[in-house]
Amino acid sequence: MPELTVIEAVRQALDDALAADQRVFVLGEDVEAGGVFRATEGLAAKYPGRVIDTPLAESSIIGIAIGAAHYGMRPVAEIQFADFIHAGFDQLCSEASRWCYRTKGDAWLPMVVRTPWGGGVHGGQHHSQSIEAYYAHMPGLKVVAPSFPADYYTLLRAAIDDPNPVLFLEHKRTYRLIRQEVTGSNGEQRIGRSRIVRDGADLTMYAYGLMLHECLAAADELAGEGIEATVVDLLTLAPLDRETVLEAARRTGKVLIVHEDTLTGGFGAELAALIAEHAFEYLDAPIRRLCGPDIPPIPYHPNLEAFYMPDRTKIAAAARELARY
Amino acid sequence: MTKARRARASSGTAGHVGDYHLSIAQLEQMYYYMLLARRLSERMLILNRQGRAPFVIAGAGQEAAQVGAAMALEPGVDFLAPYYRDLAMNLVFGMTPREAMLNVLAKRDDPNSYGRQMPAHWSSPKRRIVTQSSVVATQLVHAVGIALGARLSGERLVVMACCGEGATSRGDFHEALNFAAIHKLPVIFFVENNGYAISERTEKEMPVPNVADRARAYNMQAAVVDGMDCVAVYQTVKPAVDQARRGAGPFLVEAKCYRLWAHSSEDDDSRYRPRKELEEWAKKDPIVVFRDRVHADGVFPLADLEAIERRVEEEVRDAVEWALAQPDPEPEEALTHVYKEA
Repeated sequence: MPELTVIEAVRQALDDALAADQRVFVLGEDVEAGGVFRATEGLAAKYPGRVIDTPLAESSIIGIAIGAAHYGMRPVAEIQFADFIHAGFDQLCSEASRWCYRTKGDAWLPMVVRTPWGGGVHGGQHHSQSIEAYYAHMPGLKVVAPSFPADYYTLLRAAIDDPNPVLFLEHKRTYRLIRQEVTGSNGEQRIGRSRIVRDGADLTMYAYGLMLHECLAAADELAGEGIEATVVDLLTLAPLDRETVLEAARRTGKVLIVHEDTLTGGFGAELAALIAEHAFEYLDAPIRRLCGPDIPPIPYHPNLEAFYMPDRTKIAAAARELARY
Repeated sequence: MTKARRARASSGTAGHVGDYHLSIAQLEQMYYYMLLARRLSERMLILNRQGRAPFVIAGAGQEAAQVGAAMALEPGVDFLAPYYRDLAMNLVFGMTPREAMLNVLAKRDDPNSYGRQMPAHWSSPKRRIVTQSSVVATQLVHAVGIALGARLSGERLVVMACCGEGATSRGDFHEALNFAAIHKLPVIFFVENNGYAISERTEKEMPVPNVADRARAYNMQAAVVDGMDCVAVYQTVKPAVDQARRGAGPFLVEAKCYRLWAHSSEDDDSRYRPRKELEEWAKKDPIVVFRDRVHADGVFPLADLEAIERRVEEEVRDAVEWALAQPDPEPEEALTHVYKEA
């Protein structure tokens, strides 16, 4: 298989899943025309009747996926922007996440909700947000946030095959940012596993989505200065791969947690608490979080957005400080 | 010739009783299920007052609507997405009195939720009864999704989605009707309008006199029926089910009924409901009315009705005695089944 961008990997995964399993179908706003990011381009014609436009109503997009999954189908719902998913919060958190638990496994929901998230696209308040912390808080949901095209492919296929509801987060700024060879097999990467993508003895960076790429860029820059960073691609936020998170923290003794979401109650708070609880004796410096400031994210003007977003420069600066500690 | 014999002799089609357009067996079922639901609910309330059942929410006054509607479906083929008052519907779909009692006692083996949800949150995948939460109207959208899934996989079935009139103010009600109507899905929206959303009367809930009026906005067929009349409900729902099964699309039936009891065991309805109103409606108790009617019309001799009543009493007694002796969940069981293992 050739090198693919993130959006191409997503489309390929959908295409292959639709071809492999008659139970798979796609629903969402504008998906028949290919979707606003072209994730479903060409699929409606290739799989007649199995790529279904919905009214602009997120609660029912998710609720209908619940019903279809309960029946035995494998729906893949698209929420056009993560910022709009909260209209379906009730369906995801009051219903989907509890379906298996409240029936003690008599019923379950093999369904996926895909949604583009994240800033850096001049999307303002409602086309830029990070939503992962709300949903990773809800036991019963799986929350996946890959960074590389091959993982997008593999984990989307795995999400569609998973018997549980999976919220699949696609960082929209990375859709066409990077290319990578995608083997086309279901690969090794599994839901629930994080991966150390760079080794370094001085500190560990944790990130996902666009920030993972910013961390890697910062780590390259730091290497030129003699600071070697380990970088952990979290990949799955819920259920969290605690072993990999803790192993990396213990190995380097210094941790820098990076995310676009606002600081307070962000997913980094959970990582920090986990590391403080279980790797405290290994730490050589206070845990450092580099996150969006606590303002309603994300302001529109480029000056304001750039101020809000963590990036490689801010990450490198924070890492230098941490390394010196 | 006795009156009963005359009624039976005047049957129009084979085995059907005169004006009822129903068989003797169907009429027996109606009385049996309505009475069983009521007697079970009464015993549940007693268990609650005894401190043995923490919470009871029931459908007294709505049994005719529930039984009439559920009997129009085909158990084992059709799906039922009930709401919390729909005990009688679940009984028609095969739930046993013992299971109903396990449920109200939150016993380990309650097949509805194994002690994980409050009582009356029904579920039985093998009977095609869809699990629901306490959040009203969400199940209507699930019903639409089931209908869509069935259509995509080529299975012909009908889904009945139930709610009270209170739930029809929520967005999910409207989103469900909208999608079902656009795609002509075989969903029967069965609204049990019992006049109250806890303390709020319908005029505080909606600006139209009937929930059924709302269907027009979705180009959906709808009917209003006397929900205190089990036969009328069946005769209204059955053609709607039949035409939905043939592909004619969704249908909304609003059954006007009345909540004879408080909202739940925790509610004191004397704070908001005039006693006189309650007394007037109690005279229309659907089970009493049904009994009087079939007896007066000579459908059943009194002895037949009494036999059903004895059977119900015995089944309820057995269910309570048996369920009380069943094990509670072990505390550690709380941790299992967060995720389905692949």
